[in-house]
Amino acid sequence: MELFIAISIGLLTGCGVLLLLRGRTFAVMLGLTMLSYAVNLFIFISGGLTAGAGAVLGASAQYADPLPQALVLTAIVIGFAMTAFLVVLAIRSRAELGHDEVDSQRPASRGGQ
Amino acid sequence: MQHLVILPILMPTLFAVLLLLQPLSGAVRTRRWLSLFAMLVNFLVASLLLWQQTNVPAQHYLLGNWAEPFGILLVADQLSVFFVWLTTLLSLAIALHSCGGDDEKGSYFHPLLHFLLMGLNGAFLTGDLFNLFVFFEVLLISSYGLMVHGGGKKRIQAALHYVILNLVGSALFLLALALLYAMLGSLHMADMAQRITMLQPAQLLAVQAAAGLLLIVFGLKAALLPLHFWLPAAYAHANPSVAAMFAVMTKVGVYSLIRVFGLLFGASAGALSGYGETLLWWGGLITMLLATVMVLAAVDLKRLAAALVLLSAGTLLAALGSGDAQVKAAALLYAIHSSWIGAVWYLLSDQIARQRGGVGDRLVPGPKMQHAPLLGWLFALSALVVIGMPPFSGFVAKLWLIQGLSTLEHGMVLVVMLLLSSLAVLVTMSRAGSVLFWRALPHTKTAPALNTASLSAIVLLLVSGVGLVVFGQWWTQFCADAIAQLQVALGGLK
Repeated sequence: MELFIAISIGLLTGCGVLLLLRGRTFAVMLGLTMLSYAVNLFIFISGGLTAGAGAVLGASAQYADPLPQALVLTAIVIGFAMTAFLVVLAIRSRAELGHDEVDSQRPASRGGQ
Repeated sequence: MQHLVILPILMPTLFAVLLLLQPLSGAVRTRRWLSLFAMLVNFLVASLLLWQQTNVPAQHYLLGNWAEPFGILLVADQLSVFFVWLTTLLSLAIALHSCGGDDEKGSYFHPLLHFLLMGLNGAFLTGDLFNLFVFFEVLLISSYGLMVHGGGKKRIQAALHYVILNLVGSALFLLALALLYAMLGSLHMADMAQRITMLQPAQLLAVQAAAGLLLIVFGLKAALLPLHFWLPAAYAHANPSVAAMFAVMTKVGVYSLIRVFGLLFGASAGALSGYGETLLWWGGLITMLLATVMVLAAVDLKRLAAALVLLSAGTLLAALGSGDAQVKAAALLYAIHSSWIGAVWYLLSDQIARQRGGVGDRLVPGPKMQHAPLLGWLFALSALVVIGMPPFSGFVAKLWLIQGLSTLEHGMVLVVMLLLSSLAVLVTMSRAGSVLFWRALPHTKTAPALNTASLSAIVLLLVSGVGLVVFGQWWTQFCADAIAQLQVALGGLK
């Protein structure tokens, strides 16, 4: 299971970085989302991988580390809010600049033609 | 007072919410007065906290009263209250300056400013690494809002870069946090510092990787050389009041480096002791070199101000990389001086640009300014402070840095760089001043009258800078104690 999780995180990070390096805001946003999925998974397993163990003391013989679960919840909420802000900003930038390139040197055309 | 520690976080939150609610969000006048009043109260509380924490051991404020090292805590030691104080004074000046009209160029300027202050104060006061991340996000989301304040094409594009870069930075921060938690089993900073001494040799590499990630994150905030490229564009395109407030944002990165690296990779960290110092030293020096070139090449006042912020960030990072307690203490004094004077330059360049019509703040001969004598004096004064001429705060801070560095064997490089960059600033300032004020075209441009609120903000920051010199003995003692206390904090937790 360790190998499977490790490969998933690696794959998500790789795809995220690849998309981040694209020139259009939509791809960059997808890349950031993938990167944050990878990060969330990584935080989730930072307390160690345990199968069939509860997070509440006394509910089962073994128990999982509850702190990473609290951390990942915070990270998910914050990541979601930040992505929402980025989406709005990207739409605004598309409207203002007339194109959706992240780092374009071409002069802005009014109205998006 | 025990609960004073949490007030610098609670009060900006409360006032920000109040400013969003109906009776106060309506009229411009009411909003401005409440915002100014709130900033004044924040400043008084921060001053009280500064006074209370002078020469006493660090106070640990346990949120939810969980025993250490469980639960989240706030730490008020001399280092954190020092940064809280300098930030609240700066935001008081910014709120005052924005009342000159900047706050009405978009909506929600004052609430966002208060939320930003909450995030900044929280980041300074927290003693928990994950909580530091949370407060980073609070201050970042407010800064995103402020960054686009007023709108406009260039601003939106600069904001897009700023947001994407910082989102990547946050992802890296989380990776580092998770890795550190996996290796050390704690996120309480003082506790982590103890656990780091008990690491297995096999775990060292993972902790080093996490530390490297943290270095990238804080370096991005502090504008360390390969990660600095967002700063000039973002600061030059932001609204002047906002850019002036951002002068303290690089200091958050510097503070985090002092706090996190000073605690985790301090003298007792064994194999990891002094991690990243060489990188900071050389990175800071090259940042200074680049900023010096940018100062010389500046074509307008805003770019000059951005180069000055970058220069101060480079100086601070190199000083941290020296690894010497006296140099670090001098760097603290330099941090407070450079935050204020950096802000003054943004505010002043805006005032000058408004008087010059179409020419703006570009360094070309323009129409004669109506209020040239007053602005000229302010310009000359600010230039003297930033160059480091006696008897101003820049002189004291730089002199102390040089004194500390001259006792180190490798310190001469930074001394030379510091003097060279000051010379470059002197040359550029003389050129800019003579072009702006002496080589003016014969006709006078009818410009809007100078705004009292905006001017008094500039004067407030300059006078506070003079205060650093007048009470120099007290401040130098305070900075030295703050660094000494950071070392003691390691032994504080059982």
